[in-house]
Amino acid sequence: MSQEILRGTTNVKIGTPKELAAGENRVAMTPDSAGQLQKLGYECLLERGAGVKAGFADSAYEAAGVMLVDDAQSLWAQADIVAKVQPPTDEEAAGLREGQLLISFFWPATNEALMKEAADKGASVIAMDMVPRISRAQKMDALSSMANIAGYRAVIEAGNNFGRFFTGQVTAAGKVPPAKVLIVGAGVAGLAAIGTATSLGAITYAFDVRPEVAEQVESMGAEFVYLDFEEEQADGSSSGGYASVSSPEFREAQLAKFRELAPEMDIVITTALIPNREAPELWTPDMVESMKRGSVIIDLAAERGGNCKLTVKDEKIVTDNGVTIVGYTDFPSRMATQSSSLYATNIRHMMTDLTPEKNGTVDHNMEDDVIRGATIAHKHDVTWPPPPPKTKAIAAAKPKEKAPELTPEEKRAAEVAAFKAQTRSQVTLLAVGAALLLGVGLVAPASFMQHFIVFVLAVFVGFQVIWNVSHSLHTPLMAVTNAISSIIILGALMQIGSGSFLVILLAALSVFMAGINIFGGFLVTRRMLAMFQKS
Amino acid sequence: MEFGFTTAAYVVAAVLFILSLGGLSGQESAKRAVWYGIVGMALAVFATLIGPGAGLWWLSVILVAAGGVIGVYVAKKVEMTEMPQLVAAMHSLVGLAAVFVGFNAHFTMKAVARAQEAGAEVHGTFAELVAHKAPVELNILSVELFLGIFIGAVTFTGSVIAFGKLAGKVTSAAKKLPGGHLLNLTAAVISVLCLIWYVATGGFLPLFIMTLAALFIGYHLIMGIGGADMPVVVSMLNSYSGWAAAAIGFSLGNDLLIVVGALVGSSGAILSYIMCKAMNRSFISVILGGFGGTSGPAMEVEGEQIAIDADGVAGALDEADSIIIVPGYGMAVAQAQQNVAELTRRLRAKGKEVRFAIHPVAGRLPGHMNVLLAEAKVPYDIVLEMDEINDDFPDTDVVIVIGSNDIVNPAAQEDPNSPIAGMPVLEVWKAKQVFVSKRGQGTGYSGIENPLFYKENTRMFYGDAKASLGELLNRIE
Repeated sequence: MSQEILRGTTNVKIGTPKELAAGENRVAMTPDSAGQLQKLGYECLLERGAGVKAGFADSAYEAAGVMLVDDAQSLWAQADIVAKVQPPTDEEAAGLREGQLLISFFWPATNEALMKEAADKGASVIAMDMVPRISRAQKMDALSSMANIAGYRAVIEAGNNFGRFFTGQVTAAGKVPPAKVLIVGAGVAGLAAIGTATSLGAITYAFDVRPEVAEQVESMGAEFVYLDFEEEQADGSSSGGYASVSSPEFREAQLAKFRELAPEMDIVITTALIPNREAPELWTPDMVESMKRGSVIIDLAAERGGNCKLTVKDEKIVTDNGVTIVGYTDFPSRMATQSSSLYATNIRHMMTDLTPEKNGTVDHNMEDDVIRGATIAHKHDVTWPPPPPKTKAIAAAKPKEKAPELTPEEKRAAEVAAFKAQTRSQVTLLAVGAALLLGVGLVAPASFMQHFIVFVLAVFVGFQVIWNVSHSLHTPLMAVTNAISSIIILGALMQIGSGSFLVILLAALSVFMAGINIFGGFLVTRRMLAMFQKS
Repeated sequence: MEFGFTTAAYVVAAVLFILSLGGLSGQESAKRAVWYGIVGMALAVFATLIGPGAGLWWLSVILVAAGGVIGVYVAKKVEMTEMPQLVAAMHSLVGLAAVFVGFNAHFTMKAVARAQEAGAEVHGTFAELVAHKAPVELNILSVELFLGIFIGAVTFTGSVIAFGKLAGKVTSAAKKLPGGHLLNLTAAVISVLCLIWYVATGGFLPLFIMTLAALFIGYHLIMGIGGADMPVVVSMLNSYSGWAAAAIGFSLGNDLLIVVGALVGSSGAILSYIMCKAMNRSFISVILGGFGGTSGPAMEVEGEQIAIDADGVAGALDEADSIIIVPGYGMAVAQAQQNVAELTRRLRAKGKEVRFAIHPVAGRLPGHMNVLLAEAKVPYDIVLEMDEINDDFPDTDVVIVIGSNDIVNPAAQEDPNSPIAGMPVLEVWKAKQVFVSKRGQGTGYSGIENPLFYKENTRMFYGDAKASLGELLNRIE
């Protein structure tokens, strides 16, 4: 890179300043990630005390070989690459210089002026919130790693404000019903919340406008709330795995379902966000009113207006009917140690991709889907929004024949139809059989019919009995049937007493052969069966 | 002369036989079921001896005893791997007995007719029965005994050939005389003509000619069926021996014979049906012999067969947690079941999960593999059917294929032009690693190339199955 901006050593420096935003506890570099970055050939700088709120002491950084810088100004001046969490403040952005690289969350859609300024200064900006959702980029998908934490923390926060156990218990002191939790929106945060709530023992329900996530929801142990709605939902895979806007009819059906559920739910966690839009209203005031006293709503969409309009951003309120609504937007920051180490790892992976040679120099390859997608300002140009990635986020789901929830009437109708079909085929067979029997009976003498009926019944019994024989016993079955087919001996026995020598001879031979068969067949069967044993 | 006791005993015997077959639905109840069969048979024979079969009873007893001695000797001596031959051989006895009894019925009819012309008394149970019959009934009787002899004769030669093929005394390849099925058809037409002739004249000659034709059909039909289809053939012959007994039962007017014949006949028919379904082939195409025609060139098989030695297999087994063994006819031929069982015991002792996957048509007899594994004391609850285990292959570390070929051939699923396309197979190639114990590089009975042997995760463990497994055992303590 530009050699002239390097000061001090020849190494390219990555620096992380203190976060300036109020209530932000996270830090973009941890001692661990610093170690990894140094392996890539970079030198690491940190503003003194930047990691303290996240639980990382300066000494730990020093031990990891990070150079501590006393104030933000000198850090911005020395660092060729600045990694931070929140978007730069106006002052920070003003301090950007030609060729400098900034990596942070940026929210380009809401911070266009800031982005323009950075581009004008000639700095490159990689927005961690713009990393495309393709499998290769998962390791740097900071939104997902933060959402995961938010989902977990939302449940913990809900438990903190909820006066009962999550799990149902029967104790000597009485029976405790389990808490019922509804998660709206089964994205990363929603799924993390489902996992946490179910592992705490709550009965968990989840809803999402994308029916294809039902499987994921069920795999996490929650019950997916299906709507009685016919419309083919837009396949989430066309929008990069994110939800898109739904039709008014669908919304109505959805709200009706929520109204039905609201009185039963103890905890509602809403996570519904549509990219670059205000959060959709899903939990209306009348639903809040119908909830039980003591219930808790955690609105993870509070940042963008909230899924519940009663939500107050960054605050916890209690409604008149005793429902707590939590509108915090800093859930990841509330678990700063965890979220910092995940975020720092995301940044480190981003740097790994930017440093294919592992030689401490950045190769800002705008041909690369991931780097191109995340870069919003480069070489004096605003490069946002990016062109659609070459790789599709998720393979388009095959239009799945989702067995619609059959109503009891439909189920009954299907059963009745199946039963009727079965009856019809059986009656047809019986009628044909009876007609055949009658036909034979008309021409054949009675003495024959007597035996014939015995024969038909025996065949019938045989068919009924043999179907139940297990496969592993087919060889013994053959041996047994072979043995009992020597019943032919009866015929020979009856003939052996007749007068003619020839008849006696043939009958005698038959008796002899059948004798071999009877003993041989049964003995062999017994030998085989005796071998079958359980472990 | 009426035999009230005999009839009662026959009813009891029939019930016992039904219970005997029904009891085979489970391994434990099967042990009881055999006793039902034995008691039923003893009762039937005893009741006949003191009733309608009382004439020359001492001779009957001596002959049954003599036959019994041979039967016991054979049953004790036979190896479990020889079970298919034994069953086939015993079918031939039933077939031949049915032919003889049919002939006797014919002779008796003639004797009765002569006696009646001469105005003399007739002796013997069956003769008395015949004497009371009206002309129409005598015609039906002729048809019945004709059928009995026909089916009996087909069963006899068919079983002899099946025995020869299974015992390796006759080549197991599908062989047909020039003329093919036309010969069978001609023989069948001759038989039908003989039937008409016989009913019209009642002479012995048409009966004899038909017998020869039927013997030929039995011989030629089974000669034309390849070794791999033997399970179907054996159960089909089993079925025939039952129908022959039933036909004889009709001509002798014996209900017990009819009942048992029908039971055996339907049991064999169902078994044949199950076997055919397992191979995704119609009964007709099996009977007509050979595999169905192909609709295009077979898929090219790419890659090469990579061999591995016992050390390599032992190493992989040592690391594996879940193992599935797929035995086939090759295991039976090599008598390797004891080594397989010992291998299973050692691997299980090390805490590994070992299971067996049995294809419905593995071996030469329905359920052949189950019997062999049971003989080697492999617990039957780890021996699973195809449907039970097929979904588990992707989660399996190592699959050992011992002497099976067509039943693990992926071409059945991948190549629509393959002659076995659509046949359900064990999806062993989905496992992480597959070892194929095989004598050499030849193809299976169907003569089809097996792409499994060329897959990347497949290693060929060449050699006689018994010897290679023995070598393997030395390396697994």
